[in-house]
Amino acid sequence: MTAFRSPAGGRIDRSKPIRFTFDGRQMHGHAGDTLASALLANGVHLVGRSFKYHRPRGIVSAGAEEPNALVTIDRGGGRETPNLRATQVELHEGLVARSQNRFPGLRFDIGGINNAFSRFLGAGFYYKTFMGPRALGGTKLWARLFEPAIRRAAGLGRAPAGPDPDCYANRFAHCEVLVIGGGEAGLAEALRRSEDPACRVILCDEQAEFGGWMLVEAPERADEMVEALSARPNVTLLPRSQAFGAYAQNFVAIAQQLADPLALSDPELPRERLWQVRAGEVVLASGAIERPLVFPDNDRPGILLAGAAETYLRRYGVLPGRKIAILTACDTAYGAAFALQDAGAEIVAIAETRTAQGASEIAARAVARGIPVLPGMTIVGTTGHLRVSGVQLGRIRPDGAAEPSGGFTADTVLMSGGWTPSIHLFSQTKGKLRWEEGLGAYLPATPAPGQTIRVIGAAAGEMPPEMRSPAIGALPAPGSPDKVKAFVDFQNDVTARDLRLATREGFRAIEHVKRYTTTGMATDQGKTSNLNALGIIAAETGRSVPEIGLTTFRAPYTPVTFGLFAGQARGDLFDPVRRTPMHDWAERNGAVFEDVGAWKRAHYFLPRRPVDAAASGHAAMHEAVQAECRKVREAVGLFDASTLGKIEVVGPDAAEFLERAYVNPVRSLAVGRCRYALLLNEAGFIIDDGIIARLAEDRFHVTTTTSGAARVFGMFEDYLQTEWPDLKVWQTSVTEHWAVMAVQGPRARDIIADLVEGIDLSNAAFPHMAVREGRIAGMPCRLFRVSFTGELGYEINVPAGLALPLWERLAERAAEFGGGPYGTEAMHVLRAEKGHIIVGQDTDGTMTPDDMGLGWAIGKKKPDFIGKRGLMRPDLVAPGRKQLVGLVAEDRSRVLEEGAQIVPDSLAPAGTHALGHVTSAYFSAALGHGIALAVVEDGRNRVGQVLHIPMERETIAVRVVEPVFLDPEGTRLHG
Amino acid sequence: MLLIRCPWCGMDRPEIEFRHAGAAHITRPGPPDRVSDEEWAAFLYLRDNPKGRVAERWRHVHGCGRFFNAVRDTVTDVFVVTYRAGEPRPPESAPPETLPPETRP
Repeated sequence: MTAFRSPAGGRIDRSKPIRFTFDGRQMHGHAGDTLASALLANGVHLVGRSFKYHRPRGIVSAGAEEPNALVTIDRGGGRETPNLRATQVELHEGLVARSQNRFPGLRFDIGGINNAFSRFLGAGFYYKTFMGPRALGGTKLWARLFEPAIRRAAGLGRAPAGPDPDCYANRFAHCEVLVIGGGEAGLAEALRRSEDPACRVILCDEQAEFGGWMLVEAPERADEMVEALSARPNVTLLPRSQAFGAYAQNFVAIAQQLADPLALSDPELPRERLWQVRAGEVVLASGAIERPLVFPDNDRPGILLAGAAETYLRRYGVLPGRKIAILTACDTAYGAAFALQDAGAEIVAIAETRTAQGASEIAARAVARGIPVLPGMTIVGTTGHLRVSGVQLGRIRPDGAAEPSGGFTADTVLMSGGWTPSIHLFSQTKGKLRWEEGLGAYLPATPAPGQTIRVIGAAAGEMPPEMRSPAIGALPAPGSPDKVKAFVDFQNDVTARDLRLATREGFRAIEHVKRYTTTGMATDQGKTSNLNALGIIAAETGRSVPEIGLTTFRAPYTPVTFGLFAGQARGDLFDPVRRTPMHDWAERNGAVFEDVGAWKRAHYFLPRRPVDAAASGHAAMHEAVQAECRKVREAVGLFDASTLGKIEVVGPDAAEFLERAYVNPVRSLAVGRCRYALLLNEAGFIIDDGIIARLAEDRFHVTTTTSGAARVFGMFEDYLQTEWPDLKVWQTSVTEHWAVMAVQGPRARDIIADLVEGIDLSNAAFPHMAVREGRIAGMPCRLFRVSFTGELGYEINVPAGLALPLWERLAERAAEFGGGPYGTEAMHVLRAEKGHIIVGQDTDGTMTPDDMGLGWAIGKKKPDFIGKRGLMRPDLVAPGRKQLVGLVAEDRSRVLEEGAQIVPDSLAPAGTHALGHVTSAYFSAALGHGIALAVVEDGRNRVGQVLHIPMERETIAVRVVEPVFLDPEGTRLHG
Repeated sequence: MLLIRCPWCGMDRPEIEFRHAGAAHITRPGPPDRVSDEEWAAFLYLRDNPKGRVAERWRHVHGCGRFFNAVRDTVTDVFVVTYRAGEPRPPESAPPETLPPETRP
């Protein structure tokens, strides 16, 4: 039996001892303990160091509101969770817990020196000092040297460095009634509502056991109620489940603990589950939280809330101390006093801040038990370092000051300032609150529109008289109140002095005071401190609490792991990758991939993988790309174009629709023919391009850019549904249906000819920009005679599931003819040699067809198309617009940098207006020199001019040329 | 997460199934040669940004895929009413201050 464990009573199982360690020290607890109750049973109050001043801190509460007892739980194997509240950590065999924010140890902590300098660390410390005092070298030195040191010293636990080895689950749930909080009110409501078997009820509570305060006072009744609920099939009970966020339309997020409390570390089992519950009605039965009292040195280990002490004794069978002093503004502290006295503790005195309370019935009962009751008294100081050792009392004078009046030795001090209803979730849904003077707290008033939320029990202010106390703010202290540390926000180390200072410095609104002093901004969100802070500011500024305002309650109610939100969406499932049917082949054949949207595309091929990393760099890529380009120009290249967007447009009005959508004439397109097509937005700017192929009078195969596929499909749907609903057209995305193999080069026909059935491949029967349906290697295909390289070329579309064997066969044949696969980089070089644009690379959302030299594509006789009116805007027809041109450096071996700015003069000073910029730049294997595409103001009139590109160390002279570098007549194309 | 009623599916569905698609009841002017620059600029760029009820286009993109209109209150985020594309804005969804006093909600 541990030192402070009572011989009997409570909910713990004394037959099941549990071993755990705290800061390496081996200790024992029992099944049913929390880490906090087990530590107290071992006589340990000191559990952490405070955020700023590194003051020794102990356990204050017994629940989710705990501001001090933050610990790191190490479950091994990288499973380390910082900043858990010891009051909520269930004890299990082998639990490893560590204290935080201390160095080298908890009992001796170097950071404790901050306490001596605390007058320099007051309100607004960060704002006042992180500006960088000039004497200390100014902002730069400050930011590099002092600030990191200060930030390291101030803090909580450390985040684990490795990836989270656990997995997390997610569940959507629906119910008629969601009851949040399994105390007496919540259990009763769940029982009442679930009498109707058609009413699905979910009841959640953050603790392992339902019952709330009943577990202290009437545990048998709690057990009966839970048993009755468990028997009902329409009831879902969620213990260890914190409703942490309440959102619009009765939507509540709940974090359910699964593995941690049971010490499970099976990687297949979820550690936590996120419940996203949509309820017909939300019933909030979240109870109330006891308020600390704000008196000098109220933060020493051994000073805790009276209700928490009673909980530890009656629920966990733990005596928090043997010699106990009590300071209270609320009658519930007497219950704690009587229970502790019955358990053998000495109650040295009950100091009553209420002067009139001395004559009350409950005070008389205390006196009858031999407990001195001292009305009109407060605590004006405490002694002890790592544990409180005594209190100094002060008599509260009628003028509100206090004069010293003796003291007591005590190893434990209990405090009670009354109870604050937990309205956080109600407030999160934007429900209106009202101030209740008699409780010193806000209560729920009106739910926000669209919310069906009801607050019941203590959370609604329905409390017995002994729980009601209006006491908020700071208690009187003798002498200068600025000389003492009376903590308001324990977790962020905010004192009454800090709040007074902030108001003196001109901060009036609570939102400003909060940000300046950080009160209520710690991970506990001020559950125990907000109202005391409001009380102090009200007293200091002579206003009422409602006049000061209330800060916003935000999710999460208690901290939630990132893993819970990420759920399954991590690793490979975070952003799923799209792979073409030829992906594995490409990988086997040395492809280096690049990301294009969600797609993986073969960028270039390194058939013999270089052994050292250096060789796989730029030089190896350059060599590979040049070789791939040469193969296409000299023999035949094979390119995986499956990622192109593909839309099948069918219906009697399909031609009319495409005629209205694209700039090109489409109705006049003959069956079996293709057309390069440009798509604009209504402003007149190019947003996509592709090929329109007419398969039948009423059927088109339309391609889009890889990254534009979904956007174009959505845009078409928009026009079809809302602009031209009269058109009889149906469109289907077939991007994933067809695999596309581009066969390009002078030998292209040779490698496919004997595989193709039912299509005459001769130039006369199947010319450039023709399309046919037939069979290839026995499988159905759509065969396009198109070219993005300027060579004789085909694009073979076959069903994606059948594609790989054909691709392998074509690759073998290409190799026989001295060709091979090429990647997207070679594709870019080849198309640039021909002056073909890439939408999004050579265009930037401000380019018209004419700017790109593609004015010919526009159907001049068409009455309308998307962007036609936009193209008529004055700015779009004005002279001097940027136009697509080619550039060749005067030093022809140079490859320019994409994005480089272009100016007229070699000596142009910085800030000179740029005429344009380089959009594409490569080394052309076919031409043996560098080439570039660029957009340049009035570019077509500048062909032949020399312009300049200022770089960091030099200025490069470039000559403006036509954008088509190779075979401008197109003879190769028609092979 | 908001629930939005798709007027085509006739069901309340979670907002992740939907995509916002800009202001509703904006007519594309035409034919192009009869549209002034000002008119076209207004069609392209000028939108109201009122506090209160706005008519918006939405698409049930991960559901039936259809476009519809919705009147939403930008203050409360409440969807007042949803209706199919092409239908006029229901009179009861007008901003309350424009309604006669006896009919205000």
